[in-house]
Amino acid sequence: MDFSLSEAAQSRIAMSRMAAEGMMRPIARQFDEQEHTDPWEFFQSMWDISRGNRDATGMGSQGNGKKNGRSENTLLACMQIEELAWGDAGLYLSIPNPGLGGAAVQAVGTPEQKQRYLGTFYEGKPRWAAMAITEPHFGSDSKQVATTAVRDGDEWVLNGTKIFCTSGHRALDKSDGFVVVWATLDKSKGRAAIKSFIVPAGTPGVTVTKIEDKMGIRASDTAMIVFENARIPADNILGTAEIVEKDSRAGFGGVMATFDSTRPIVAASGIGVARASLEFLKQALEEAGITIRYEVSAYDQTVLEREIMNMEAQLQASRLLTWKACNMMDRGQRNSKEASMAKAKAGLAVTRITQKCVELAGAFGYSRKQMLEKWMRDAKITDIYEGTQQINQLIIARAVLGYTSVELN
Amino acid sequence: MIDFELDEEQQLIRETVTTFAAEQLRPAAREADETGVIPESLVRTAWDLGLIQGSVPESYGGYASGDPSAVTGAIVAEGLAEGDLAIALHLLSPRLVVDPVLRLGSEEQKKAILPIYMSERFTPGSAAVVEPWLGFHFTKMKTTARRDGNDYVLDGTKCQVVLAASAPHIVVYAAAEGGIGAFVVPGGTAGLTIGEREKNLGLRGLETYEIRLDGCRVPASARLGGDATPMLRRSRVAQSAMAVGIAKASLDYAITYAKERDAFGVKIAQKQAIAFMIADMATETEAARLLNFEAAWNLDQGGDGSREVAIAHRYSSDMAMTVTDNGLQVLGGHGFIRDHPVEMWARNARGFAIFEGIASV
Repeated sequence: MDFSLSEAAQSRIAMSRMAAEGMMRPIARQFDEQEHTDPWEFFQSMWDISRGNRDATGMGSQGNGKKNGRSENTLLACMQIEELAWGDAGLYLSIPNPGLGGAAVQAVGTPEQKQRYLGTFYEGKPRWAAMAITEPHFGSDSKQVATTAVRDGDEWVLNGTKIFCTSGHRALDKSDGFVVVWATLDKSKGRAAIKSFIVPAGTPGVTVTKIEDKMGIRASDTAMIVFENARIPADNILGTAEIVEKDSRAGFGGVMATFDSTRPIVAASGIGVARASLEFLKQALEEAGITIRYEVSAYDQTVLEREIMNMEAQLQASRLLTWKACNMMDRGQRNSKEASMAKAKAGLAVTRITQKCVELAGAFGYSRKQMLEKWMRDAKITDIYEGTQQINQLIIARAVLGYTSVELN
Repeated sequence: MIDFELDEEQQLIRETVTTFAAEQLRPAAREADETGVIPESLVRTAWDLGLIQGSVPESYGGYASGDPSAVTGAIVAEGLAEGDLAIALHLLSPRLVVDPVLRLGSEEQKKAILPIYMSERFTPGSAAVVEPWLGFHFTKMKTTARRDGNDYVLDGTKCQVVLAASAPHIVVYAAAEGGIGAFVVPGGTAGLTIGEREKNLGLRGLETYEIRLDGCRVPASARLGGDATPMLRRSRVAQSAMAVGIAKASLDYAITYAKERDAFGVKIAQKQAIAFMIADMATETEAARLLNFEAAWNLDQGGDGSREVAIAHRYSSDMAMTVTDNGLQVLGGHGFIRDHPVEMWARNARGFAIFEGIASV
């Protein structure tokens, strides 16, 4: 058991903090107000930093995360993201990088696919890669994929509509990026027939038809993408084209396992936003001459003290659950339950914390002159994307009760 | 480097404690709650496990290699509380004397007092922290210790004093010059009156007493070190760990029950209304455990802990009440009747707000 930060963690946090303070906070309000505009200067700076890190370490922005032969890469990623989201959650999501689409290629791509789509990713101008799963008629129930992929000679022909695709617009229209799209080879075959495909920017028949207007994380683009007889090369399929019905659960389960690493990251980003709120409020209270007394009886505590302590406890509880999920992943242990615990706990905690900070700050909190109202809007998505609170409760419940998705649905 | 795994020794301790708790404490829990008596034989068996001797160095009769670790203390407290809180508090009571003497006492005090608690048989210990008035907090004691020549004179009333009638010493905490003073008061000292055994909402197996100190005079050498505040902080971590143990018990019981109980053609655990409660109970129990371990680890690193411990304690107390209440709720009417232990756990859990100093380090 150890709660100390390694040197690698400390330096990763310090570096991220510099970017968050110096490059993100100063423009956070502007790109929240001017939704659907692009902070190119910021993109270029982050692109240069990412490329520099990659050249220096050969590991992208991962850096060295090993000590005594044990990795802490997932943990370092979470710590970095907490800092960046503390800077600004919308801008953090907008950083040009291989993102979820790249993660999918990394996880299941062939050496050729990795070389073509990831090997040269950081060359040239800023570029994005995105993942398109959700469709207008489903959210978490992703076996309902209705977008079709039909083989025609040396090509796949894609038809369907995807929504809620983070950075989809920037990947396809604003840069030379790509989107990984989930589509079915045969709707009657269920989950086993759902495959993912790499769709490069510039593919005819691919159109970004809408960019969503959102409550928060407005700097991040959330796209609707329509595929109309969009043709991609046959070898742009990720994994095999074979439909293995008997083992369909295993195949789909493998896809779902990617969430084991992304859910702690989502939790960490929410924790960054809530921490920003809480720090701001405590600072404001301090300036008003109010300090929090941690060791007084419940009888003597003020409501403010009690609320602040509660929020601090909720925030730290969320962070520790998140770190634990990361720690397990870095140890090579299966962490589905813990990843969902982190996400469910943090999702709710950061929503409540940011709401409470706005409440406690009164008019100060509600005004767009300050950042608290923005952080409350930005935090809410933590409890929704990459699996809502309820989906994660379901996953935890199944794990704790030892039930399958058939027994508990 | 952040890491949540227990090391080999910690794992071994945890296994030993949880096995003992499951096999010996749990089966004895209900009868102890109903009769108010904890069986002698159980106490003897527990003593032979060496949970307390293992925290005392050899020179004083124990067999510890180093200082008592707050993390290890939390592991032991959590494990025993999962079996039964009342019995756990009884079994750990020697620590109410041993730990403050070890941590605050002089060499002379250690040599004089510790061996008494390191004999072959269990010797109960006791501590007087809590006071019977609204809004009590350990930082704001009304009990006073006034220096008078070579003596201290103690005045005040304490409640929830564990095993006061049978313990050779009561460590009395009182407002004194230089902060909170900890005084080793032998049973039978003039001016110390032990009242009737208290009747409480929960922890009915555990003997607790109200005591009165009227001009109770002890030699200056009875005071352990200077300010005992850090000592009391440490004890709060152990309490918080016990809150986790009791929540874990309730969670596991609710899981087993919900998977057996039929309603509307399925097991109630297959209903989201129940399943989600159980998911939240599991998440909250784990969250509190991590907060406590972090607070304990900070103390072991020499940290002050005033903030971390306060936060972990607050969180765990609330968590234990919510989780044990939900555990009871999962059983419905069966949760309310005394055939099942869940109502007892909910009654016991309510006490965490007032257990200052009852739980040992």
